Amino acid sequence: MEHDLSPARWRSIEAPAVENKPMLVRAGLRRKAAKDRGTTSRRTLRRVGSYAVLTVGALIVLFPLYLTVVSSLLTQSEYVSRPPAFFPLHPQWSAYSNAFFQGHMWRYFVNSAEQTVLIVVGSTVTSILAAWAFAVYSFPFKRTLWAIVISTLLIPFEVTIVVNVQTVDSLGISNSIWALAIPFMMSAFGIFLLRQAFRGISKELREAATLDGDTSMGFLWRVALPLVRPQLAAYLVISALSAWNQYLWPLILTTDNAAHRTIQIGLKTLNAGTFSSYNIVLAGAVIAALPVLLLMVVFNKQLIRSLNAGAVK
Amino acid sequence: MRHHKLREAAAAYALILPALLLFGVFMLYPFVRNFDLALYRVSPYPGLPVHWAGLAQFTSVITSSAFVHSLISTLLYTLMVVPVGVGLGLLLAVAAHQKLRGIGVYRVIFSTTAVSSVAVSALIFGTFLNPVNGVLPSLGFSPNPPILQSPTYALPAMAIIGIWQFIGLSFILFSAALQSLPEEVLEASLVDGATPVRRFWGVTVPLLSPMIFYVVAIGTISALYTFGQMDLLIGPGASSYTHTETLSYFIYQAVTINPNQGVAACAAIALFVLTALITFAQFRFLEKRVHYGA
Repeated sequence: MEHDLSPARWRSIEAPAVENKPMLVRAGLRRKAAKDRGTTSRRTLRRVGSYAVLTVGALIVLFPLYLTVVSSLLTQSEYVSRPPAFFPLHPQWSAYSNAFFQGHMWRYFVNSAEQTVLIVVGSTVTSILAAWAFAVYSFPFKRTLWAIVISTLLIPFEVTIVVNVQTVDSLGISNSIWALAIPFMMSAFGIFLLRQAFRGISKELREAATLDGDTSMGFLWRVALPLVRPQLAAYLVISALSAWNQYLWPLILTTDNAAHRTIQIGLKTLNAGTFSSYNIVLAGAVIAALPVLLLMVVFNKQLIRSLNAGAVK
Repeated sequence: MRHHKLREAAAAYALILPALLLFGVFMLYPFVRNFDLALYRVSPYPGLPVHWAGLAQFTSVITSSAFVHSLISTLLYTLMVVPVGVGLGLLLAVAAHQKLRGIGVYRVIFSTTAVSSVAVSALIFGTFLNPVNGVLPSLGFSPNPPILQSPTYALPAMAIIGIWQFIGLSFILFSAALQSLPEEVLEASLVDGATPVRRFWGVTVPLLSPMIFYVVAIGTISALYTFGQMDLLIGPGASSYTHTETLSYFIYQAVTINPNQGVAACAAIALFVLTALITFAQFRFLEKRVHYGA
């Protein structure tokens, strides 16, 4: 019976009855109709089309990454053979050990890990504290200070480098890991995200805790932070990713300073190095990308939440 | 009571202080100081004092041919990356917006580009474009001069890297926006028998317009600040340099390669003003057409 209901006929039959029904019922009827149409081949066709578009998109996105991993494992003769080899029959792992040791990617990896940990811990702590103050305290100039914090979102870091280079110089830290971390140990985005989350915690809960003799900081640590874990996780993921992937600032500071060079800049020097061949450079790219790819796969939900948090106004 | 209020305020300031101090030192001070630096001309001979130049330095920087070239390259690059990146991200998100089995896997795949650093992406594409043993030249596309040295092809190659990096974010944002749309509206149009193309332009795009506006805006701003792939793959020695040098590169080279604070500060101000103008223009332009009803 259902399958011969063309949309036009369905409308002519049902429309008068639907006319007087409240919105919700009408929506329900439409949903039922849409579900009934699920058996038709048009829906299957649509689904196949979706898979086709998605798969083509996924292949385009993944192909460069696939080719990178494969090429890093090819022998020299396989790499230059035409047509190019698209699968490593005799995987050569030597490119990885060359990149790691002769190419010093190991040291750069450790430097980047240090920088990332410092930035993530530092900016998370300063953001939690400031967000908590903005969420629950009342104090003079609160609106002004909030406006100042939010206005920094409009200043891109590129615009500040001219002066920041001098600042880390005059602070005497330009030759240390701190120069790579301290300028990023705060985040307007982190404060914004966590303030929203803290404001979602009910006032009653806080007042009850105060009556129980819990201090504000004790409440923050024991109750509030566990409650905002999703937002906190989202911030941690995005903050770690952006710290690890930084390019311009580490380039300025560590191009001539191998001791503190980060992995992204290490990749540049590996590429410019005369001894490196394509497979060592590509192995280096895999080494530099692996931590963020792993983080992204494990915490995909948190990553997507944090990317979308910026879009919510 | 008053005492209590005082204590609350003191506690709040103490909590905000670390973040505020860092914002002050590394964001607000440099931003304001740029305007001061821009007014003084650095002597070409090291050791000699700087002297007051007023606005003259600013006008001479922004009318210099190096700056104009970098402005043109940046704008052309942005015009290539943003429409394609937004369009592809939207297309993929619409395709993914149904109850499909394995959709989580696709989401993870598209996220990969959003998390790949500019250094990794640039090196991957750069290796494939290598005129001697790259994959692309071996498939028959090997112009002379090679792609990365070519005034014609170098900037589009940079844009392809930028598009590849941008698709992931664009996809993720549109997917989330689609999920938040009222289901009834989309289903009603389905039942009304509209063709997929008409449904896309007639229903999905108007409903998504706030998100399209947002993705265009963040895409434009990040494209205006592009730097990494030009630094890694091209650099000042290349014959394609003047056709690919971006505004960020102009600032970078005035900070490190030919250090001149005054010039760097002028360019930084110009870049900031450009960003602010484009953000404002986009907002005004799209405000009228955006459907805020959803």
